Amino acid sequence: MNIIDRRPNPKGKSLPNRQRFLERAKHEIKDAMTEALKRRKVGESANGEKVSIPTRGIAEPNFRRASQGGTRDYVVPGNKEFVTGDRIKRPQGGDAAGGGEASKEDGGEQDSFEFVLTKEEFLNLFFDDLELPDLVKTKITDQESVQLVRAGYSVAGTPSNLNLKRTMRNSLARRISLSRPTETQITALEVQWKTALDADDAEGAEQSRVELDAALRKSRRVPYIDPVDVRYSRFERMPKPNTQAVMFCLMDVSGSMTEQMKDLAKRFFMLLHVFLTRRYKHVDIVFIRHTSSAQEVDEDTFFHSRETGGTIVSTALDEMMRVVRARYNPDTWNIYAAQASDGDNYTEDSDRCALLIAKEVLPVSQHFAYIEVGAEATLRNVYSTASTDLWRTYSAIAEQHRNFAMRKVADPGQIFPVFHDLFSKQRELAA
Amino acid sequence: MSTAAVLEHKPLFEGPEWDFEKIRRVHDAIQEIAIGELGLDIYPNQIEVITSEQMLDAYASVGLPLMYRHWSFGKRFAREEALYRHGLQGLAYEIVINSSPCISYIMEENSMAMQTLVIAHAAFGHNHFFKNNYLFRQWTDADGILDYLTFARDFIHRSEERHGLAEVERVLDAAHALMNHGVHRYARRPKANLAKERRRVKERREYDERTYDDLWEHVVPRREAKSAEDAELDKDRREARRKLGIPEENLLYFLEKHAPRLKSWERELLRIVRNVSQYFYPQKQTRLMNEGCATFVHYEIMNRLHERGLINDGAFLEAMHSHTNVIFQPEYDDRRYNGINPYALGFAMMQDVKRICTTPSDEDREWFPAIAGNGDPWGTLRDAWANYRDESFVLQFLSPCLMRQFRLFKVLDDASEDALVVDAIHDERGYRDIRSALARHYDLARQEPDIQVVDVDLSGDRRLILRHAVHDGVLLDEASCRGVLEHLSTLWHYGIVMEEADASTDRVLKTHEVPAHMH
Repeated sequence: MNIIDRRPNPKGKSLPNRQRFLERAKHEIKDAMTEALKRRKVGESANGEKVSIPTRGIAEPNFRRASQGGTRDYVVPGNKEFVTGDRIKRPQGGDAAGGGEASKEDGGEQDSFEFVLTKEEFLNLFFDDLELPDLVKTKITDQESVQLVRAGYSVAGTPSNLNLKRTMRNSLARRISLSRPTETQITALEVQWKTALDADDAEGAEQSRVELDAALRKSRRVPYIDPVDVRYSRFERMPKPNTQAVMFCLMDVSGSMTEQMKDLAKRFFMLLHVFLTRRYKHVDIVFIRHTSSAQEVDEDTFFHSRETGGTIVSTALDEMMRVVRARYNPDTWNIYAAQASDGDNYTEDSDRCALLIAKEVLPVSQHFAYIEVGAEATLRNVYSTASTDLWRTYSAIAEQHRNFAMRKVADPGQIFPVFHDLFSKQRELAA
Repeated sequence: MSTAAVLEHKPLFEGPEWDFEKIRRVHDAIQEIAIGELGLDIYPNQIEVITSEQMLDAYASVGLPLMYRHWSFGKRFAREEALYRHGLQGLAYEIVINSSPCISYIMEENSMAMQTLVIAHAAFGHNHFFKNNYLFRQWTDADGILDYLTFARDFIHRSEERHGLAEVERVLDAAHALMNHGVHRYARRPKANLAKERRRVKERREYDERTYDDLWEHVVPRREAKSAEDAELDKDRREARRKLGIPEENLLYFLEKHAPRLKSWERELLRIVRNVSQYFYPQKQTRLMNEGCATFVHYEIMNRLHERGLINDGAFLEAMHSHTNVIFQPEYDDRRYNGINPYALGFAMMQDVKRICTTPSDEDREWFPAIAGNGDPWGTLRDAWANYRDESFVLQFLSPCLMRQFRLFKVLDDASEDALVVDAIHDERGYRDIRSALARHYDLARQEPDIQVVDVDLSGDRRLILRHAVHDGVLLDEASCRGVLEHLSTLWHYGIVMEEADASTDRVLKTHEVPAHMH
C-alpha cells in the first residue's frame, strides 16, 4: 500500500474552471449583484458576496423525461396505513408519496443557482463598467515628478543600492565552482594535523600539514567575495502617469441629518472610496465634512466619528477651494467632487453656495456630483412635492452646467443604481 | 468473545489524532481481515491524504483526479462550495477512484476512527467491487483510465490553443448535453472472423436443408412483390442505413463516426466525452450494490476489529455513529425523504443475504431455495457482487422479510386519473409486484429515455431523425429537449427532427424540430 500526502499540492485546481464559469455567467451575475446590493452594506464586502443567478445562460440540458404526464409508479418506504387499492389524493408540489423521487430526478435543474463570489471577483465585476468621467487633463507633468521603478540588477551602482542577496548568491556559486575550502573543512584539517602531532605520528602530521597548507593557499587565492560577484539593485526613472485626479468628498454631518441619512451618505462615499482606490492608482482623495464650519479630515474620522451642529454648506465649498489652491493646481489636476447632504441649509447661505459652485468650483472641476439623501421612501411620499432649499438652488445650476449632476437617494437600495448612473461609461455618450 | 482475547491485542491507536504510521498499521490489520477472512480480492491500494479544499476540487471534476477544463465543472464547484460553506451539506469522507492502483482520497480533518472506517469502506469495500463486478470488468479499464485522462486533458488544452476557447467550448457543451446518450449499453459485436463466418454460413445452410418442408412454401402466402424500382430504392436505403449503423442509440458515437461536417479534432472531443461517460456508466448502474458492498464490508471489519480489541470502544462507537447516520432511511412522509437511500437499502440487503445464508426462515427457504441455509454468506455475497447490477440484484435478492422491514409499498400514478392508487403493499400478494417495480427503478435503460437515431437522408436534405420510444406515455421534458437539440444541431449542422412515438403502437405523439444550424 502507498500513502501519499497530497496536502502540499497546489490548491485551487478548479480555479480556471471557476473563471470560465464566471465569464460565462457574467451577465446574469451582474444583474444579480445589483439586486443583492440593495440589501447590504457596502463596507461589508470583506467576506465576498452570495449571489443567486437564474440558470438561463448556464443551463446544462439533457434528454430527460417530463416530470408530469403518463403513467408511472413509485416504490416508497414507510407504509403506515395503506392497503392495496387505497386511493391517495394527488399531492401538490410533489412533497409526499413518490414526489420525493420525482423531484430528485429533475433536481439537477433549479430555477436559480446560488454560489459565493470572493471579494476580488465581486469588486471586479462591480466596477467593471465604471470610470471617472472626463479624465482629460493630461498635461505632461514637469521633469521633476519622476518615479523610481525597480528594474532588475546591475554590476555598477552606489553602495546603498547593493543587493546583498544577489551578491551572496553569486559569491556562493563561484566559491563552489572553484572549490574553495570551507571554514569547517579547514578546521577539520587543523584538528587532524593536531591529533597527528599529539599522537607523535610524524608521517601523518606531515601529510595533514601539506593538505592544510594547500587548503589555506586555495582559500587565500579564491576570495570570499570577489568584485565580479557584486550586484546592485537597479532603478529606472519613470515619468509619473500624466493624468492626476483628486476627488473631494464633501459630507454634511449637521444635526438635521438623521442617523439614517448619515448612513446613506456614508455608504455612498464608502462605495466611492472603494471604487477609486481600486480602479485608479493615482487618485488623491480629500475628505471634508462640515456642520456650520468645515474641516478636512482623514479617512477614518470621516467615516467613523460623530459630530453634530448647524448647517452652512458653503463652508465646505470654501474649504474645498482652499485645498485646491493649496495643493491641487487645476491646470494639472483633474478635480472631482461629490457632495452629500440632506438639502437642509441656512437660508441665506444657499445663494452663496450657488455662486460659489457656479463661479469657482465648477470652472475648475471635471465633474461635480450632488447626492441628496432623504428620509425612507415611505415617509417621503407624504412630502414628495416639497423639494429642499439646496435642491432648488442646485437645480438651476444643473441646467446650465454639463459637468454637474444631482441625484436623490432615499433608501440603501438606490445607492448602487445612483452610483452606477453617475459613473457609468455610457454616461458620456448619453450626455 | 473472551476477556483474554481482548487483552491479547493492544489497540492499534488511541485518541482522535491520526498519523501516517497509524494509518499504515490500521490498513495492514484491515487487509488481514479483508483478504484472509472475508476473501476479498482487491487492486493494490493507494491512499492519498487531502484537505477539504482539495476535496471540493475533486468533487467538481466529477471525482476524477485529473480532468479537462470546462465551465460546468466550475459551476459544480461553486454550488458545492456554497452548500458546504453554509453548512447545508457536509463533505464526503472519502472519494475512491476505479483505477489500478485503486486511489482513495481521505480527508485530513477526519479523526483516526473515521480514517479507519473510510479505509475499510473505500480501500477494501469499493475496491473489491470495482475489481470484481462484471460491468466494471467489461467496460472500464482500471489500468488505463488515468493515462487516458491525461491524454484527454492535454488534447483538449491543445485544441483550445489551436482553435480557440469558444470553439472547443461549443463542442464540449453539446457533447455534455448528449453525455447520457453516449454510451454503448451492450457489447459490440466482435470483428468478423472469416473462418467463423464461413462455418456459420455452412451450418445455417445445412440446417435449412435438413428442415426443408415443401408444405411451407405453399401455405404461407408470399408477400406481394414490389415493383422493381421500389425494391431497388429500398435496397439502396437499407444499404445506406446499414453503412451508418442505424438505428443507433449511442448518439455521440453516431456523431463521431457519421456527422458530415465535423473536423477531426471535434470528433476526437466527442470521443473523449463518450469515453468518460462510458467509464461512469457501470457506476451509475451499480450505485446501490457498490455502496451496499462497501458499507457491509466496513461494518463487518469494524466489528471484527473491535471484537479483537484492535480498536477501543470510543473509536468503535464513533464509527458506528457515522455508520448509522449513513444508513438512515427516512420514511416517505418525512421531510428528509429524498428517495430510497442506496446505503440503507444496499446495506440492509447484504445483511439480509447473510441472514438467509445462515439462519433462514421457512419463507426464505421457499423464496431462495438456492442460497437459504447454505452456510456460506461471504461466498454468496462475493458471487452477487461479481455477477449482478442493481436491477438484477434487487430482482433476485430482495426478500419479503426486507420489504416488510422497509414497509415498502407501490403507488401507481396515472396522469389521467385524479388520484394515486396504492397498487401493492408488503403483503403476500404484493411482494413480487413491489420487487419487480423497484428493480425497474434501478434499470438505467428504463429510467433514461430511449432515444435512437433512426434515419438520415444523406443524399437529400441530410436531416437527422431521432426517435424517442415513449413508454407509459411519459414524454420528454420540452424545454430541456429543445436545449439538447439545439446543441446537437451545432454538431450535425443540418436540420434535426425528434419524433416521440409510443413504443407499443408506433403512433407519433409529438415532434420537435430544429432547423439547420448555419455555422
